[in-house]
Amino acid sequence: MKYLIVIFSILFSTHVIAEIETIEAVTEQISPEKKGLKIITELDKRDTGFGDSKATLKMRLTNRTGKESIRSLKLNTLEVIGEGDKSLTIFDSPRDIKGTAFLSFTHALVPDEQWLYLPALKRVKRISSSNKSGPFLGSEYAFEDLTSFEVAKYSYKYIKDEIFDGIDCFVIELIPQYKHSGYTRELLWVDKSRYIVTKIEYYDRKESLLKTQLFKNYKQYLNQYWRAGEQIITNHQNGKTTVLLWENYQFKAGLTDRNFDKNTLKRAR
Amino acid sequence: MMSPKWFLSLLLLGNIYQVSAVDISGYAGIESLGFFHNALDSQQHNHYLSGSIETEIYHEWDNGTQSLAFVPFYRFSQHDSRRTHFDIRELTWLKAADDWELRVGIRKDFWGVSESQHLVDIINQTDFVENSDTEDKLGQPMINLALINGWGTVDLYLLTGFRERTFSGNEGRFRPIPEIDVGEDRYEKYGIEKHLAYAIRWSYSIDNWDLGLSYFYGTSRDPSILVEENNQGNIQLIPYYEMIHQTGIDIQMTQDNWLWKLESIVRTGQGKAFYAGTGGFEYTFYNVFESALDIGIVAEYLYDSRGSNAPVIFQDDFFAAVRLGFNDVQSTEILAGIIFDRTSSTKFYNVEASRRFGDNWKAELEVRFFSSAPENDPAYIFRNDDHIRFELRYYF
Repeated sequence: MKYLIVIFSILFSTHVIAEIETIEAVTEQISPEKKGLKIITELDKRDTGFGDSKATLKMRLTNRTGKESIRSLKLNTLEVIGEGDKSLTIFDSPRDIKGTAFLSFTHALVPDEQWLYLPALKRVKRISSSNKSGPFLGSEYAFEDLTSFEVAKYSYKYIKDEIFDGIDCFVIELIPQYKHSGYTRELLWVDKSRYIVTKIEYYDRKESLLKTQLFKNYKQYLNQYWRAGEQIITNHQNGKTTVLLWENYQFKAGLTDRNFDKNTLKRAR
Repeated sequence: MMSPKWFLSLLLLGNIYQVSAVDISGYAGIESLGFFHNALDSQQHNHYLSGSIETEIYHEWDNGTQSLAFVPFYRFSQHDSRRTHFDIRELTWLKAADDWELRVGIRKDFWGVSESQHLVDIINQTDFVENSDTEDKLGQPMINLALINGWGTVDLYLLTGFRERTFSGNEGRFRPIPEIDVGEDRYEKYGIEKHLAYAIRWSYSIDNWDLGLSYFYGTSRDPSILVEENNQGNIQLIPYYEMIHQTGIDIQMTQDNWLWKLESIVRTGQGKAFYAGTGGFEYTFYNVFESALDIGIVAEYLYDSRGSNAPVIFQDDFFAAVRLGFNDVQSTEILAGIIFDRTSSTKFYNVEASRRFGDNWKAELEVRFFSSAPENDPAYIFRNDDHIRFELRYYF
């Protein structure tokens, strides 16, 4: 039995290495656009099949003078293969917005569907999803930074290889293909071995560097899915930062479409 | 010195707290309500201080599919004894299954989409002493079964126990002269028929449409006001609650930055059958000049087929408002609006602003002007009630 496992793991790892080598080999001859797309498609493929996830999130907002404020949230996600994911965000603090919940059905190119639940009025409001570039809860994250990733949302271009933070990375340029984006382009640093994002640079409409996001403390779940434990976004133009601290990740928690409907939205905690 | 026994029970208490995960939250607030004009009645005052507290005690189990929520509310108001009141906003047991949800107890439920008024919303009685905007509601006892289908959710309601509308007392503002005699309230039906109401609602979201169709039968939440002379020869204003049938639709279409909204009702049982509607749009400019500021423009038309005879303020009126969302750390928001009658001179101005301070404090400011109402308008009774309301709340 033990031998079998050993053989299996050897087989598995060689398979992965072989695959990467193929990409490297094939991509050398193809255009930077095709290579970029290929890398992102691989990244997306490796994150496919997680089913659903639950996590708690602390957002730490720091302004230029170092003043901090904290938001606590819960985030439930349902993977929808072939379409965008569904997500339910539940606010726990600041306390005046406790119980407020946000339901989103992401789509690649048609507008997302979004509802907001206001507990004081017991009212579910369908809201416009055109708000892509506006800040989320007063943080340095825009709505578009936090919605689920879909390959069709961007066009891609491989730029170069670069060692970032000791990790050998591909650098890919992303150009948003959806309406109302606040960015002309993003630069993504993708870890060559694990196919995970380590850094993103965001360029505003005037083509100047607006924000940098770093992904840290990656952990692997279910032997496949990598999630950063810490994300730090710095706005270079206003000096503010927001840190996301993820905790209590749970995968395949048995969530279904029913956990992402307006009835659940009204009672989610 | 803490005895070991005490210590043990504290420890146990702590354990119970953890196991059952009772979640306690809420707010305590103080409010200043000031009026720009002297009162019409010498019993009324020009300034009122008050305080309120609302707590939610919440517990869920069974993997979150069952829950109990208890939300008591209390306001103490200077001068106005009717505004000093207690209400159970919520005391609900909820059970959720794959294709249904059962909610039993005292609850609040909201129907509708429009901003200027809520015609379709009928489950709960208005707690009018809380705020003249009629957005505050009294807890309604009910059994509500939601049937969840691929073609929408059907909510069945058995509303058990009628709640009378709250009105200001003799020392309070926002009232006619004399004050409404809530103790003398009358009904078309008494006993079980007064107390039971039935409602059904179908709601569905498809693409960029959100649709609702509803029907209500029971004692009206809006009373008619009877004017009578009592034995002493004094005028009395008596709330009279008829049995009504009300059918409502509410539709919202969400397209890019546009929200298109329509609400309409047909009601029978209060005099001749009538219909009323609210329709309009909200358009939002997001992140204006990359300043994080959202500017929303809201415009709605308010109609009531009873015309100028309607016992409501808005029967042929336009509503226009600007909503500013600063999207800052303090969630600063401002809403400024005007409702004006298409044919008379009545204008109603409203400004609402709110901002968080620190992590737990929130300040809210409201300024309202009703003073232009002509004598034949139902809003005429509020002509001296232009006011400024400031509230500071601590959330826990």
